[in-house]
Order: sequence, then C-alpha cells, then structure tokens
Amino acid sequence: MSPREIVALRDYLSPELNDRTISDAHHMVSLTDVLSHTVLSGRLHELAGRSVLLRLSNQLRSGLAMIELDGIVRRMLLCPPDLNPAHLDTLIADAGIDAVVTDEPDRWAGTGVSLVVTAQLPLQATAPAKTERATEWLMLTSGTSGVPKIVGHTLEALTGAIVAEGPAKGPAPVWATFYDIRRYGGLQIFLRAILSGGSMVLSDPHETLADHVIRLKARGVSHISGTPSHWRKLLMSGSAAQFAPRYVRLSGEIADQAVLDGLKAAFPNSSVGHAYASTEAGVGFAVNDGLEGFPANYLGNRNGVEMKIVDGSLRIRSTRTAHAYVGRNAGPLTDGDGFVDSGDIVELRGDRYYFVGRRGGIINIGGLKVHPEEIEAVINRHPLVRMSRAKSRKSPITGGIVVADVILTEGTDPARAKEIRDQILDQCRAQLAPHKVPAVICFVEALDVTPAGKLARTNA
Amino acid sequence: MSVRSKVIEAIQKIAKEQHVTLPALSDDLSLHETGFDSLAFAILVARLEDETGVDPFTISEDAAFPLTVGDFVRAYENVPA
Repeated sequence: MSPREIVALRDYLSPELNDRTISDAHHMVSLTDVLSHTVLSGRLHELAGRSVLLRLSNQLRSGLAMIELDGIVRRMLLCPPDLNPAHLDTLIADAGIDAVVTDEPDRWAGTGVSLVVTAQLPLQATAPAKTERATEWLMLTSGTSGVPKIVGHTLEALTGAIVAEGPAKGPAPVWATFYDIRRYGGLQIFLRAILSGGSMVLSDPHETLADHVIRLKARGVSHISGTPSHWRKLLMSGSAAQFAPRYVRLSGEIADQAVLDGLKAAFPNSSVGHAYASTEAGVGFAVNDGLEGFPANYLGNRNGVEMKIVDGSLRIRSTRTAHAYVGRNAGPLTDGDGFVDSGDIVELRGDRYYFVGRRGGIINIGGLKVHPEEIEAVINRHPLVRMSRAKSRKSPITGGIVVADVILTEGTDPARAKEIRDQILDQCRAQLAPHKVPAVICFVEALDVTPAGKLARTNA
Repeated sequence: MSVRSKVIEAIQKIAKEQHVTLPALSDDLSLHETGFDSLAFAILVARLEDETGVDPFTISEDAAFPLTVGDFVRAYENVPA
C-alpha cells in the first residue's frame, strides 16, 4: 500500500452488510453481492488504467459500472442521459478517452474507439477486484447550449462532505433522488447511499410521478433529494400523501421560503434541508433551520470550506471542489487563490445571505438589472401559487418589462384568477422595486423543467 | 366592449395599481399629464397587447408615439385588421 491508502467505492461495500440494494423501476441488485459480480461480463481487467467513457442508457447499469470501474481505470467520464451525441467526438478527444463502456455496442462499431465493453444485466459471478489507483472522475456541466465543460474530480473530493458529516443516526438510510446519478446532484446521493451502508432507489424518466412515489414508498425510502422544481412538481401532483421520508433535501436551484414551507407542511415529520453545491464548487454547505438563504457566519472558514463574497457572487475554496476543467482549450477552474466563482449572486439582509439569482441569468429592464429568481421568490409566497417563472418581454417603451408565468395550486377555482392576480401584484409592489413588479401575469398549467431538474429559462 | 373603453379601463386599473391620481381622461389631455411614467406606459402597452392582440407601437416602424390620450386610443382603433 502507498503511504496514503487509496479508497475506492468497492471499499465502502462491506460483505458483512446484508440487505443493501440498488434498484430502479425494473431491477433490484444486492449491493452486498456486487463485490463478487460483474456488470462488464468479466472484462474489467481490460479497462485497467484506461480513460473510459461511461455511456449507458440507464442509471442502474451506470451505477454498477461506476462501482466496478472506480479504483481500476485511470479516468471515467460520466455521460448524463440528455448529452447531445454531436458533442461526443469533442469530449472523447478532450478527455483522451481510449475505451467505452456501453449497452449499445453496435453504435460504437467503427468509431475509432479501440476498446468497447458492454455493460449488461444480470450480473455475472467473478472474482472480487482490488483497488489499484485513485480514479479521476470526469463530470459534465449542465445548462450550456454548446459543448459542456469537463470537470475533473476525485472520489475523495466528491465524498468530502459525506465523510465530514459522519454516519447517519438511526437505521441505514434508503436514499432516493429525482436527479439522474450521472449529474453532480444525483451522484452525491448515490455516493451517500454507498458510503452510509444504505440502499439506493433510482429514478426512471419513463415513469409517472405517481408511480415513482408508489415505488419510493414500497422500497421504504427514508432520505430523498431533488431540486426545488422537482419538489414543486411533487407537491402539485398530490402524490406526496402517505409518503413519509425522514429527510427531505433540496439542491441545485434556489430553495425559497415557499417551497421550504410547502415541504414542511407536506412532510410534517421530516427534517427538510437545503444544500448548496455545484459541479465545480463541490458541496458548500447544508442549511437545516428551515429558512431560505444561509447564516452570514457561514462565511470564512467553516469545516474546511472557505467562502467569501466578491462582486456579489459566492466564492468557494475547499478540498471538495473540482480540481480542473479538462480539455484542450480548458480555462482555469479557480482564481489564483484557489477559489471557485460560483456565479451565484447573494445579498445580505440582516444576519443572513439570500440567493438572488445567477450572474448569467440577469434580465435587463429599462437599463436596470433584474434577477428573475428574486421576483419568483416573492410570487411564490402567495399561498395559492405553486411555481412561477419571471422573464423579460420586449417593450416599445422601456425596451423590456417583467412578465411572469404562474402555476396555481391544484383545485384553485379559475373564477378567482383575477383576484389572485391582484393579490400577487400587491405582494410584489410591497416587496419589490417598481421595475421588478411583473407588468403581466399569466396563469399556466405547466412550466418546462430541464433534464437537470431546473426551471427552463429560455429567455426569448 | 369598444376599443376605447378597453384602453380607458386598462389605464384606470394601472393608475390604481401604481397609486397614480388620474385627471379626467379627455382626448386632448397630454399623456404627460396623466401622471404615468414610462414603466406605467410599458405595462399598459403590454396588457393591451395581451387583450387586443396588437401592439401598435411595435408593428409600425414609423408610428409616432402618441402625445395625447386621444392619439393613444386612436393608435389602437386604427390598427388594420
């Protein structure tokens, strides 16, 4: 062993812990048996030391392949399901990929990738592998229309927050997430399930929300995470009844007071917390006091995570941040001092910081900068509003005005629309500068959510 | 409802929302004298577009911005169908 022991995912899977499973809508696999089984038809040794593209059509095979590959391959690049195939060639070149793990091997015939390994179920028995090296985990950023950036992590950085928190109290958790585990938010939950000695219930894009919740209940899910948009959809669906997780977690978007209160009302016996994390900055912190924003004393150095605010945006330095962007034209991921600029704009009110929006998401209203999220947070405070989206609309007078699309809670009498619109506008006028008050409010049935679980903000 | 009464009703609603005290809305009242600022006019034009389906100030490049309440109402009345 090297001076510092290298730990890979398999080393968290103890053969003594029984009853651990990972499951999706169709299959359930024992996390105890996984050590002596292979999803790669026993071809793991061929991949040792390689840079592997993990391109699979479902999360279960992806998760099992991650467990098997970690500690054996040099690099693995996780492809989220919505990755545009047109970007694959660039990503393969940038990451120096020399092997692919796929469940569609025909697609890779004649593509020039020298080694193609098929991942398939059921698992086959094999001799347990031994951790050889610290694999570099490559993840892709979301939210850009061009080629996504490749972000380099280590398992140690990815699991830093989980290790720091220590083991969960009580029985081993059964984790679930609305995210896909090939994205940072979902991977965090998958890793939590592995490290905690618990189980993992995966989402399925082809399943209705009602069926998903039935499955979450049937599998005894105790800990569950999603974006505020995921959670608002669940609250709107009326499917949350009888589901009683111990821990409800939000991340990936601003958790406003309305969604926190809505979850607390829907899950009165659960602890509801929101976490701040990004693919680049890693996990920053969790907030468990039921309030939006975070206490101002989180700034500075706290549990090894250093945070500061420069030009209004949150900057983070810790051992949990990614170590680099990977690729031929990759820019620096941190500033000269090692801080990642999150691009998330915060505002100090009293002794708390509040997230007001993304630097890149600013809309321009008559020359004044407006964060749509700030307006949505006020609209969402109306008790009959479930979800909203503010955006700009061209105006011949001021260049732009704010308009908002709003979803009302299920069962709201349509005859009350006018009255509710006036109440929302009163609320906005009381709490927002005049140019931020929506000029027009439209009631809509649905709002688009991106594959990454975030409210779609195509600002046409 | 006539175009004129739709426009007048929208002006009155926005005046109430913006806490603007309107003088009597005669045709020769200048828009400046209504007490509306540019934001209030922007809201008015957006709402009328949603209600009537037209924005007379964007569709025609040479449409001069009206100076009086009467001009403003006529801009909506004179939109080609």
